[in-house]
Amino acid sequence: MIHFVLLISRQGKVRLTKWYSPYSQKERTKVIREISGLMLHRGPKLCNFVEWGGLKVVYKRYASLYFCMCIDPEDNELETLEVIHHFVEILDRYFGSVCELDLIFNFHKAYYILDELVIAGEIQESSKKTVARLISAQDSLVEAAKEEASSISNIIAQATK
Amino acid sequence: MGSQGGFGQSKEFLDLVKSIGEARSKSEEDRIILGEIETLKRRIVEPDIPKRKMKEYIIRLVYVEMLGHDASFGYIHAVKMTHDDSLLLKRTGYLAVTLFLNEDHDLIILIVNTIQKDLRSDNYLVVCAALNAVCRLINEETIPAVLPQVVELLGHAKEAVRKKAIMALHRFYQKSPASVLHLISNFRKTLCDKDPGVMGATLCPLFDLVTVDVKSHKDLVISFISILKQVAEKRLPKSYEYHQMPAPFIQIKLLKILALLGSGDKQASEQMYTVLGDIFKKSDTLINIGNAVLYECICCVSCIYPNPKLLDTAADAISKFLKSDHNLKYMGIDALGRLIKISPDIAEQHQLAVIDCLEDPDDTLKRKTFELLYKMTKSSNVEVIVNRMIDYMISINDNHYKTEIASRCVELAEQFAPSNHWFIQTMNKVFEHAGDLVNIKVAHNLMRLIAEGFGEDDDNADSQLRSSAVESYLRIIAEPKLPSVFLQVICWVLGEYGTADGKYSASYITGKLCDVAEAYSNDETVKAYAITALMKLYAYEIAAGRKVDILPECQSLIEELSASHSTDLQQRAYELQALIGLDARAVETVMPSDASCEDIEIDKSLSFLNHYVQESVEKGAQPYIPESERTGMLNTSSFRNEDHHEASMHGLRFEAYDLPKPVVPSKSPVTYTPSTELVPVPEPSYSREVHTSTAVPSISSSGSTELKLRLDGVQKKWGRPNYSSGSTSTSESSSQKTVNGVAQTESVSTSTSRAQATSSFDLKKPQVEISPEKQRLAASLFGGPSKTDKRPTSSSHKVVKSSSHTTERPPAAKPVDASEKSTPVQPPPDLLDLGEPTVTSSAPLIDPFKQLEGLLDQGENVSVPNHGAVNATKPPEIMSLYVEIAASGQSGGVVNPIPTNGDDLLSGLSGGSIKTAAPGGAAGSPSLSKGPSLKDSLEKDALVRQMGVTPTSQNPNLFKDLLG
Repeated sequence: MIHFVLLISRQGKVRLTKWYSPYSQKERTKVIREISGLMLHRGPKLCNFVEWGGLKVVYKRYASLYFCMCIDPEDNELETLEVIHHFVEILDRYFGSVCELDLIFNFHKAYYILDELVIAGEIQESSKKTVARLISAQDSLVEAAKEEASSISNIIAQATK
Repeated sequence: MGSQGGFGQSKEFLDLVKSIGEARSKSEEDRIILGEIETLKRRIVEPDIPKRKMKEYIIRLVYVEMLGHDASFGYIHAVKMTHDDSLLLKRTGYLAVTLFLNEDHDLIILIVNTIQKDLRSDNYLVVCAALNAVCRLINEETIPAVLPQVVELLGHAKEAVRKKAIMALHRFYQKSPASVLHLISNFRKTLCDKDPGVMGATLCPLFDLVTVDVKSHKDLVISFISILKQVAEKRLPKSYEYHQMPAPFIQIKLLKILALLGSGDKQASEQMYTVLGDIFKKSDTLINIGNAVLYECICCVSCIYPNPKLLDTAADAISKFLKSDHNLKYMGIDALGRLIKISPDIAEQHQLAVIDCLEDPDDTLKRKTFELLYKMTKSSNVEVIVNRMIDYMISINDNHYKTEIASRCVELAEQFAPSNHWFIQTMNKVFEHAGDLVNIKVAHNLMRLIAEGFGEDDDNADSQLRSSAVESYLRIIAEPKLPSVFLQVICWVLGEYGTADGKYSASYITGKLCDVAEAYSNDETVKAYAITALMKLYAYEIAAGRKVDILPECQSLIEELSASHSTDLQQRAYELQALIGLDARAVETVMPSDASCEDIEIDKSLSFLNHYVQESVEKGAQPYIPESERTGMLNTSSFRNEDHHEASMHGLRFEAYDLPKPVVPSKSPVTYTPSTELVPVPEPSYSREVHTSTAVPSISSSGSTELKLRLDGVQKKWGRPNYSSGSTSTSESSSQKTVNGVAQTESVSTSTSRAQATSSFDLKKPQVEISPEKQRLAASLFGGPSKTDKRPTSSSHKVVKSSSHTTERPPAAKPVDASEKSTPVQPPPDLLDLGEPTVTSSAPLIDPFKQLEGLLDQGENVSVPNHGAVNATKPPEIMSLYVEIAASGQSGGVVNPIPTNGDDLLSGLSGGSIKTAAPGGAAGSPSLSKGPSLKDSLEKDALVRQMGVTPTSQNPNLFKDLLG
């Protein structure tokens, strides 16, 4: 099971955190500090895996952003590495060649995508197409809602004039 | 697509993100966030906030929380937002609460009602959002509130809903297995769902169920195999393919389940052989995901009933792994550790690869290799392995791993120790460097071992062991800052055996003990051990008829302790003082020498008190009634217990109350009791629930949990008394003996086959240029038991082996000894001319990378002057992150085969065009690096600039595409 997902920039700044196991705010800060310390100081040609406190951290660097997932010791590291890549490919498809800025300003959208991919610490959908379809369904509904809301408020505004 | 139309947030929020991005230090960032928290606190309570504004506040709260600050003041507003009718707001609300709240948060109860409502919604997206929240927020207490609805959703028309409902049930199972046990048949049904996503999701709960109980799922073996077969034959929709692999994530999950089902089951395993063989053949070893499947296959093969052909294939795959990059080496070592359980001789083919990994600078790889060594330890190589482990243990700071490796050292030493002396030395080292981390049991074990000896009936050896222990402890004791646990052992051993062999005088040892007590005056446990040791030493002296002269420092220590704050220390000090005053015979009875292993007889019936009881009864005291005979009292007390329990268990109810019905209160415990003896979940009531899903089931389920809980409490309180502690020590020592025996016979029986393996290996060995040191290490690790070996290196084996069984020689000198002998008889260099193709395990691997690196470096060097000052900010690290992807591209023909530029490495994924120009994406102009989506990125850039976010030197990489 995935215990948490972290996105940390090369400068050690947090870009996204998602916790599937209970951690208090204090523990979270500690975890982020420890893991970014571990991850950022590793050389480029070493394993993408680090053992950390009885669990395993699988990470991968994309441009200046580190994607990292923490898994149980019996889980398959290579698979997790591909889950990360799968996530990045979906982000890439959604944002249209994704860059770090997209994630910074639209972190909530990244959360929605992650929610479609991984739920309760397990990968729930391995088809890129399905995830993309669901997300766009949600988005279109949101757009529709927005229009509706604005039209209603227009009506109200006109009526009250 | 999604990012079009701007980022959709206000200038204020964008400014916040921007200033965070430009913050130079953590403290600056904290200051900005604290300011933001103040603003939000003020704003969020203003009346009549427009909903869109509120939504933004919530997102800002998420941001604050994400950066590690407390946003709890806004949680309630997020909760409120989930109540909103508009999906847009509801979704934001749910997102925020799932990020803010842990499942035990007080506010959860306010959301449950909304979730219940949303699960009934017509809009499947609302249902999905609610199910997401269910997975995160519903705890054991609230499961009954949503369970019926979630079960109903298993039949929803939309596959996305079905999938999430399954994952929610999986979560419930993890939280409280009893709550969903009756739903196993539903999981079996959804396994046959027509949507592959739903089927894939079902594998998660099934995996958990199979892990717990293999037997009841054996009938599913055929289904799993046929699914796996279909997946491998690419029968699933194309969209489930990932890098040309058919649904690899589903394959991996299936392989995991099959490994569990086939473990130790020949019949089930035989059905799997064909499909496993197929997957071995079909997995593409050039891409990462192919290797992931392959690795899982190896794991599966090593778990199920062994098949020689598959094992061979697995071994081949492992040897490929070991010759690849770091990640695969790591997986290879891990796989080797699994396979070695079935075919122990396989490790020998890879000994040099293993040793390379052991000496790798990468800690992760090193640790994995230690794990492998731990698995292949036997009595012939235990010294080398444990010494290596201890060296590594001393060198690291990570306490968690230190603990682990220390306990492994202890375990191996206890199991395979070639001699007592070596054992003591090893334990000393472990305690010295990781004493505070090891379990206290280890210390007790060591004391027991020293007291009992190794179980041989050789008193002489035992006393030798003890005196060597005493000697080593007297040497170590003077060192500063020893761990407390180690000091306890030292004190105990010195007290018991310090003067046993007559080498040291009592006053010398008592002096040392006083020093310890003084130096560690904060540690009461150590002081207690020390003073008890003093007492023992004095007792032996008195019993032996010698005159006891108490050193002045001991005297002062005793006085100090008799006035100690700790009553335990006080008592020990007074006991000591009392003991010294007794005569020799009394002392010998109270403190017999070397009697720590003698059984102490306990008169459980307290017969010596019979006289006193008799007297009291005669005087008119009440006779004692045994508990079992106090029937009337028992009933009332159990009643009270139950009432109390029900009161404490009275959780929240989410359903309407039942209609009042006549209840006979005295009967309720009677009706409950039979069900407690059965399985905690009454089946019939649950089946009722599935069909009707009314208010009834939740009550019955809560009743059953109550029952279960009460049962637990009862077992703890009144369970069988555990008096077996006296006998455990002896049984443990005997079992240890057998373990030793088994291990030895094992090594003997495998020695012949291993000899063959080594001989075939050794033929090739001389052609490889390996440092003699490595060879020696390899020989001592792998070649131990091969007595028939006649190659040069075997001499060192023999030395190690023979010496490992002699107990007289000091073991510390052994490895040196062995290595000295093996040095002159190194394989002569002329063997290199044998003409066979020389295959070094590492050199050809590194070379292509080096070449690539060279290419890259050149590219960098050329590009920098071209782009001038702008480019100077570009750090070189971006390069070659994607070497493996690039490598896979060569096979797939999708990705640019030569990673000439870090930015373009993944360009194939987005565009497919090969770009070798424009190396080094300049920080200021991201458009350069974007290639296929030039317009897109230009727009983005313009937008960003509009927003006032100017790229600064602190975050030059912001504008680089993650995926090229």
